[in-house]
Amino acid sequence: MEIKRLTKNFGNPESWTLAAYEKTGGYQMVKKAFAMDPEAIIELVKQSGLRGRGGAGFPTGMKWGFVPKQSDKPKYLCVNADESEPGTFKDRYLLEHDPHALVEGIIISCWAVGIRYAYIYIRGEFGLPYYRIEAAVKEAYEKGYLGSNLNGKGFDLDVTVHRGAGAYICGEETGLIESLEGKKGQPRLKPPFPAVVGVFGCPTVVNNVETIQSIPWIIEHGAEEYRKAGTEKSPGTKLFSVSGHVKRPGVYEIPLGLPCKTLVHDLCGGIIDGKRQKANIVGGSSVPILTGEEADNVDLDYESLAAAGTMLGSGGMIVMDEDTCMVWALAVLLKFYAHESCGQCTPCREGTGWIRNLVYRLEAGDGKREDLDKLLSITGNMMGTTICVLADAAAMPTESFIKKFRAEFEAHVGAGRCPIRGKSAHFLAHAH
Amino acid sequence: MQPYAKPNLDIAGREACHVESMGHSVAFSDASMERFRHLLTRYPNKQAALLPTLWMAQQEFGWISTEVIEYVSELLELPPSHVYGVVSFYTMYYRKPMGKYHIQLCTNLSCMLMGGSTVLDALQEKLGIGLGETTADGMFSLDEVECLAACEMAPCCQMNDEYHGPLTPESVGRFVDELRARGK
Repeated sequence: MEIKRLTKNFGNPESWTLAAYEKTGGYQMVKKAFAMDPEAIIELVKQSGLRGRGGAGFPTGMKWGFVPKQSDKPKYLCVNADESEPGTFKDRYLLEHDPHALVEGIIISCWAVGIRYAYIYIRGEFGLPYYRIEAAVKEAYEKGYLGSNLNGKGFDLDVTVHRGAGAYICGEETGLIESLEGKKGQPRLKPPFPAVVGVFGCPTVVNNVETIQSIPWIIEHGAEEYRKAGTEKSPGTKLFSVSGHVKRPGVYEIPLGLPCKTLVHDLCGGIIDGKRQKANIVGGSSVPILTGEEADNVDLDYESLAAAGTMLGSGGMIVMDEDTCMVWALAVLLKFYAHESCGQCTPCREGTGWIRNLVYRLEAGDGKREDLDKLLSITGNMMGTTICVLADAAAMPTESFIKKFRAEFEAHVGAGRCPIRGKSAHFLAHAH
Repeated sequence: MQPYAKPNLDIAGREACHVESMGHSVAFSDASMERFRHLLTRYPNKQAALLPTLWMAQQEFGWISTEVIEYVSELLELPPSHVYGVVSFYTMYYRKPMGKYHIQLCTNLSCMLMGGSTVLDALQEKLGIGLGETTADGMFSLDEVECLAACEMAPCCQMNDEYHGPLTPESVGRFVDELRARGK
């Protein structure tokens, strides 16, 4: 059920060192790529059907193709290692266990797109992953994999690890770019897209860690082989981070299209204490929630999840058992979005706070019946009205929680406490 | 709608914007200056080195005081207001001295599903402080933090730059005792 492509080196002794990585064939794909025409690599990535693994799922080869071939300015790569989507921890595993695979992926990607400088934007909270990738970049420089004239024909590449400082919004690609430029991470209006005007006003590719780490595998095995895992429209493998009420939480690399049931009930061992799965957020906290029944009947690929009214997102799966109060769960999530709104767009800055407070009040059993419609009215005015999608990321789960568990929300109205947990979490009293 | 909770005075829920220099001078050590000069070679302009310079400053001075903001703004030729804006935007730059051990407990969904709130209660009781506070002996600071990307070890916390989990109300008490012994 699991297919180990990106996770193949996990568990090898000192897998994060250059010596261990070279022992398993590491950096051989750089040589192969240097012998290929850059255009041919972009074409290969297009044929593989690889889609961005950070959350949006945009085809990677196409993204690379948007970067102007001829440019007076240097081109940049920003590797998005700002993994912050609640429920997602796969990039942390990749950085901790196999950082050299990321460096190798960076070299190949930069050769393909003609990029001179790469930054790895890593979230500030990451300690061990930061030390591991810093050490890997240093080793790669010492061994001559990075620096000047890498292919003997004048290809130069410098890689710098850049540490964030605690802000979810810097995972949004233009927020990341602003942050890298030494500013508040407030997203930019698009267009222009980063491929044309990105960091320092130059053409820029922003790709997720898992996306870049897929590149060496594609170079080694080819597009056809890559497509042997996954479905026609969602080819390849995907790393899922599974947490919540499952017996074996963790990172699982599975072929896209695997039934969600298999991941939850077989690979993760099912629900703790044999309880019923009440709900499942399959792709990170920003995607619409599924009921347990819906989750048990959906396949994990972009198209099937879209048909089920949700999204694959970052693959950060949060599983909830029968005892979980959905109003409480939504309150916990909305605390996060209100905290992380960067504040530049009014519908998001105000909206995330309003819906959080309304749900806090409902959770405490002090809500009114009309609060439910008020919530939906606010979320309707948040979606599509802001520079980036953080407002949507707060609004979509809110709408789906109410739609799928409306009776539970109604049962809280006037109850004086949470009828499911028997007590209130008193979020408001602790709001600060 | 009627405001139910008292609105935060500023967006980030942090201290108000009043900053006044106490006139104390701060300066990087020679070794840090060397690192700073190397840092500048990694970016096409000085402004881009702001986040890493602030990290270095926090390591060296412990927290980002108004004097540090002024010093960094001189180093990078940026207005102090810009540096202040950046410092206050991100959660990991501290505008006050912190305890030797900074415990940040995740209170996002995966950790809360696994009993994060009981761990938080136990921590507050054990340390005798609330969120955002530091113990009188300067040993511990306690905060909540959003998802640390370590949900497989929920409920988890970050202690300085290490992750710890899964935590229980009992294990977190032992953890605090160990740290206290280590810190003496």
